[in-house]
Amino acid sequence: MAYLIKGANVVDPQVGLNEVCDVLIEDKSIAQVGKDLDATGATVVDGAGKYLVPGLVDMHVHFRDPGFEYKETITTGSRAAVHGGFTDVATMPNTSPVTDSGAEIRYQIEQAQIANLCHVRPMGALTAEQKGESLAEIGDMVAEGACAFSDDGHGVQSAGMMRTCMEYVSQFDRVVCAHCEVESLTTNGVINEGRASTRLGMFGWPALGEELEIMRDIELARITGCDFHVCHISTARGLEYVRHAKAEGLPVTCEVTPHHLFLCEDDINDTYDTNLKMNPPLRTLADAAAMREGLLDGSIDCVVTDHAPHAAHEKDCEWEIAYFGCVGLETSLPLMLANMVLPGKMSWERMVEVMAVNPRRILRLKPVRIEAGSSADLTLIDPQMVVHVTPEYLESKSKNSSFLGLTLKGCASDVFVDGRQVLVGGKVVGA
Amino acid sequence: MLSVRHLIDTTSLTADDITQILDTARSFAEINARKGIKKVPALRGRTIVNLFLEPSTRTRSSFELAEKRLSADTLNMGGSTSSVVKGESLADTIQTIDAMNVDMFVVRARLAGTPQKITENTDAIVINAGDGKHQHPTQAMLDLYTIREHFGHLDGLKVAIVGDLAHSRVCGSLAPALKTMGAEVTLVGPPTFLVDDPTYYACPQTSDLDSVITDMDVVYMLRVQLERMEGAAIPSKREYNRLYGLDLRRERMMKENAIICHPGPMNRGMEINTEVADCARSRILDQVTAGVATRMAEMYLLLGGENDGISD
Repeated sequence: MAYLIKGANVVDPQVGLNEVCDVLIEDKSIAQVGKDLDATGATVVDGAGKYLVPGLVDMHVHFRDPGFEYKETITTGSRAAVHGGFTDVATMPNTSPVTDSGAEIRYQIEQAQIANLCHVRPMGALTAEQKGESLAEIGDMVAEGACAFSDDGHGVQSAGMMRTCMEYVSQFDRVVCAHCEVESLTTNGVINEGRASTRLGMFGWPALGEELEIMRDIELARITGCDFHVCHISTARGLEYVRHAKAEGLPVTCEVTPHHLFLCEDDINDTYDTNLKMNPPLRTLADAAAMREGLLDGSIDCVVTDHAPHAAHEKDCEWEIAYFGCVGLETSLPLMLANMVLPGKMSWERMVEVMAVNPRRILRLKPVRIEAGSSADLTLIDPQMVVHVTPEYLESKSKNSSFLGLTLKGCASDVFVDGRQVLVGGKVVGA
Repeated sequence: MLSVRHLIDTTSLTADDITQILDTARSFAEINARKGIKKVPALRGRTIVNLFLEPSTRTRSSFELAEKRLSADTLNMGGSTSSVVKGESLADTIQTIDAMNVDMFVVRARLAGTPQKITENTDAIVINAGDGKHQHPTQAMLDLYTIREHFGHLDGLKVAIVGDLAHSRVCGSLAPALKTMGAEVTLVGPPTFLVDDPTYYACPQTSDLDSVITDMDVVYMLRVQLERMEGAAIPSKREYNRLYGLDLRRERMMKENAIICHPGPMNRGMEINTEVADCARSRILDQVTAGVATRMAEMYLLLGGENDGISD
């Protein structure tokens, strides 16, 4: 099968491209990039007024499969990913059973092949059953295709255990992704400690609980030499620690979610909307501004969603007993476009770096470049297409979006995965 | 008429709302003080559900008496018999009761925001009788009533709220209500009990009770919420009593006309000593008395009861 994407503005900082040209896809690869390419034998996709970028990657999602298929499955999660413009996602291992051995990695890869939509890159657990007590079978999981390792959902509480994990992982070419949370500081915390916890009368989750563990793990990266990636960073001071570590040349990277970029604790009002309950919690207005600044200045490497589907009954309840997390795959790109790129605060090139280039590098995936020979994992973005964030819009099995009710301009119109068109004019192919 | 449809928190109340509640409560207080029949037909035919999802003795009995004295029909739910305990969701519980056509929910809950969630699942009016660490607005109204009865006004009074501020829904409602009425509030407690964001209430916080007590018109001692403590935020009851307890020495430091309040139940020997709890300055039982009248006023104003029997 051949496709000719005609007349799109092609943006790829890896090859210095930001201009209108044609891209010819043949089979699984990009065959040609240039002006006025011959369309003979190819299906033409009109790219006029649109932007073609390397396929977007979300390196932090929860597909709940196996174990919590009532929230999401690898198939429904893949549909949400493609709908949101992503060609690749990295799935977190807090499944049931926990993804802590090669067989579970293989299961996810096989399920993704059945879904046959996007690339699913499973992450393995760092510790057995994510209990933070003993090493998971990391080498076995590397052999089966695990892209990185994380106990996401919890921090590894013991510094000694975390050191062991990082030392052990350092023998493989893989990164340790850490959910940074000192649980003795965040006990019972359900909302940012400060104005919001005082105003709404609930136990606070202090910024310190995150910052202290970021600091600890940076020091562990220093002595172990293991690549260390901070999951869903949310506080200005935590980001300062990452900045300093990078300036020292330590192997440290970090990611941020759209909700920590574009929402803050002040958005939680007296209605106690549980779709705004996440871990880490929404922080202060100043923290959100620091996140946006860090994303622009290079301190933050990538945007991830922490896509966390939960069933309606797990959210339609009192705040303190509601589950943490929100879905994000289908609003991430529209939010980045509407808040950052289209108003001119962020260049298209930078957006491509934080949503495609950098996460591939961190996950040790083969780079996708818009040049002949590269695999045809591509996202076509229509800056005019309007998204109404409603439950009906969401392909995800769960509807717990923090952005329900918003209307956003700009989203993915078409997605190609291995040269196959899986999103056509904003619609996901298949049942 | 109040500017709010439900009584969920005191931050939504205007000074006019609070004044209306306190003035109306005064009429009801006269009825409550009658030697004869302490009952008016103001809410006859109205159905009020007392949904107490957390143990409560004084608030619950105060509401029940207030409802009976207004001639409302009442239904008591909660405790170990509640469907919430059996795993039913709050929304289902409320929709089920709502389907029986009730006029008002009075709700006490362990979880903050529960009364607000209830408003989303019923057309009935909701009164918050205490939600988690969040708010306890009917307590604040009875406190304001008690203080106003003593001083004749609230404006300009200096009030110290002392104790476990971090876990206190009483403080959450009282501090904003006092400020709305023009009083000056000082928060006093050990650093481990101070509120997460000291700027939120826009009032000074200190850990030195002795340095402020001489200047106060009202010393409001909070109950130490032993059941709400996470970790050991204070070393012992004995040390707490020594540093923050209201004892005779501190009572003697107070201004001549100053009063002592406590929302109850008291931990005698911890935040307050017996000789002080029962001294002439103590308004603790007056607070309890005021609770019935102010709750009658709140229910009457929110349900827009008929005007018979009270305006004579």
